[in-house]
Amino acid sequence: MSTAQPLPAAPAVSPKAAPAPATPPIVEIEKLDFFYGDKQALFDVTLGIPEKQVTAFIGPSGCGKTTLLRCLNRMNDLVDVARIGGGEIRIDGINIYDPRVDVIELRKRVGMVFQKSNPFPKSIYENIAYGLRLHGIKHKDKLDEIVEKSLRGAALWDEVKDRLHDSGMGLSGGQQQRLCIARAIAVEPDVILMDEPCSALDPIATAKVEELIHELKTRYTIVIVTHNMQQAARVSDQTAFFYLGKLIEFAGTQKIFMNPSNPQTESYVSGHFG
Amino acid sequence: MTPRPDFPSRRSILRQPSWAARWEASLFLLLRVATYGVLLAAAVVFLDIGWKGGRVVFRAEAPFINVPFLTEAPESLHVLKLPDGATLKMGDREYRAFNEAHPEQVKAARSETYVYSAGGIFPNIVGTVLLVLGAMVIALVLGVCSAIYLSEYAKEGPLVRLVRLSIANLAGVPSIVFGLFGFGLFVVALGWNVSLLAGWFTLAFMVLPIIITASEEALRAVPKGLREGALALGATKFQTIRTNVLPYALPGILTSSVLAIARVAGETAPIMFTAAYVVRDQMPWQVEKWTDFFFQGVMALPYHIYVVASKIPQNDYTRDVQYGTAFVFLFTVAAIALSAILLRARLRKQYRW
Repeated sequence: MSTAQPLPAAPAVSPKAAPAPATPPIVEIEKLDFFYGDKQALFDVTLGIPEKQVTAFIGPSGCGKTTLLRCLNRMNDLVDVARIGGGEIRIDGINIYDPRVDVIELRKRVGMVFQKSNPFPKSIYENIAYGLRLHGIKHKDKLDEIVEKSLRGAALWDEVKDRLHDSGMGLSGGQQQRLCIARAIAVEPDVILMDEPCSALDPIATAKVEELIHELKTRYTIVIVTHNMQQAARVSDQTAFFYLGKLIEFAGTQKIFMNPSNPQTESYVSGHFG
Repeated sequence: MTPRPDFPSRRSILRQPSWAARWEASLFLLLRVATYGVLLAAAVVFLDIGWKGGRVVFRAEAPFINVPFLTEAPESLHVLKLPDGATLKMGDREYRAFNEAHPEQVKAARSETYVYSAGGIFPNIVGTVLLVLGAMVIALVLGVCSAIYLSEYAKEGPLVRLVRLSIANLAGVPSIVFGLFGFGLFVVALGWNVSLLAGWFTLAFMVLPIIITASEEALRAVPKGLREGALALGATKFQTIRTNVLPYALPGILTSSVLAIARVAGETAPIMFTAAYVVRDQMPWQVEKWTDFFFQGVMALPYHIYVVASKIPQNDYTRDVQYGTAFVFLFTVAAIALSAILLRARLRKQYRW
């Protein structure tokens, strides 16, 4: 990462609430502080993610965007030293860090697609059936039906319908990533988190995934972390810009890219740093 | 070549004799000889046992295999030198029948008896296979469970460090100490007597470090993405491990068991106080109650070699038994290990990542 000009210091307080989104927020993040051990990774983040829209998190490496994403399905629980320092995240009005929350049920509601595609070393069919079986769906016909529906939903059906029982590891990188998306939508989550889903893909595969994201937002709320600002501009409705663990600006994507209110946002989206 | 004053040591790229070059060449030769030494040692051991043992186990005429040696129990060998100069060799049962039929011949003959030199080693083969199977089941259950705990659940801390230290130390304990430990705990304190069960647990504890260490490595080698992928779909931690981690680690775990099998089958010291009998008339399945099965001692191949090689007077007849047993022993271990390797190959094909 090259720095073209001296970075302005991050502001001490986060900006005021984001402009009213088109749909009511399904995920509300309020005054969230997050720590890895003694190191604070997120500072006082407040953000509402609107339902059935695509929200992009952008910012330079280490700005906390992936950390925030992994807070939303409590994937950070896997990190021993990770902890919430203050604030809360509400999904449908329930604080997901409340001790009464069942993390397993939460993760069934909030699916995730990872940066590095991680199909299971099983057949394409079994990759999708895995999540369904976790949900107690065992009947063969039902499984067949949902597997097909999910693969169609992920725009993968035509490419794999003749080799459903071949290993998912045999697919190309872009197909693997769409398989992971199919796997995530098979269990009908409310929210799909995507952690740089295209960072390892070539431009054509990336275009397919982006097209897919565009289709999926009619049914799911999508949160996408991306390094690629053009991608954020292409796929998202709302964009949040993070820097050094703070939310610098959150607004409609058009506004962030055309007319940002914060000078830091402006210098980042115009390519001066990051 | 143009002279380069800034690099005075520069010279032609053509090779020139030098002490440094000669030193390197002789060092290389030493490394090579040391490596081939291993080959030589292996060749001597296997050819010696293969040649001398093969003569006992294989026959020149059909069925080409010495069937009695593989299917009968050990017996004493009786060699009768008859007055007419003929020599008769027979096993115990044959000798008793012969004695009843022709007592006058036996009386007239000069007879010599060599223990364990007739019959076969069938009970020993069965005993070794039973010891290996039982010990491996116990070692794998305990070992894989603790490996899962160490790699998936335990948080690094003083207690886990102590556990790891114990595992490392356990690996360094001589096998005879395991034998004494098994004798003290299982045979005496728990009152299991000399039994399969005592032998199983003693052998299992001996190979636990191998199994735990290798299983933990195998579990850690499973990519983090597979765990996260399953957890993100709403699997519990245990579901994730059972369906999406352990199956992929199995080939690695089986690799460690191949090593462990060789040790379990081969060690004599741990079983000599805990499970092995010098001689036993009944086969392991000839028990009154099924529970007796676990509390019986067995004959075993390594212990049999030890007994015939060091506890009885030596002669050509006992030497045949020694080499034949060693040959069969190597073959048995190889067969058990090979089945583990084949199973691993099948699993690898099933889950490739």
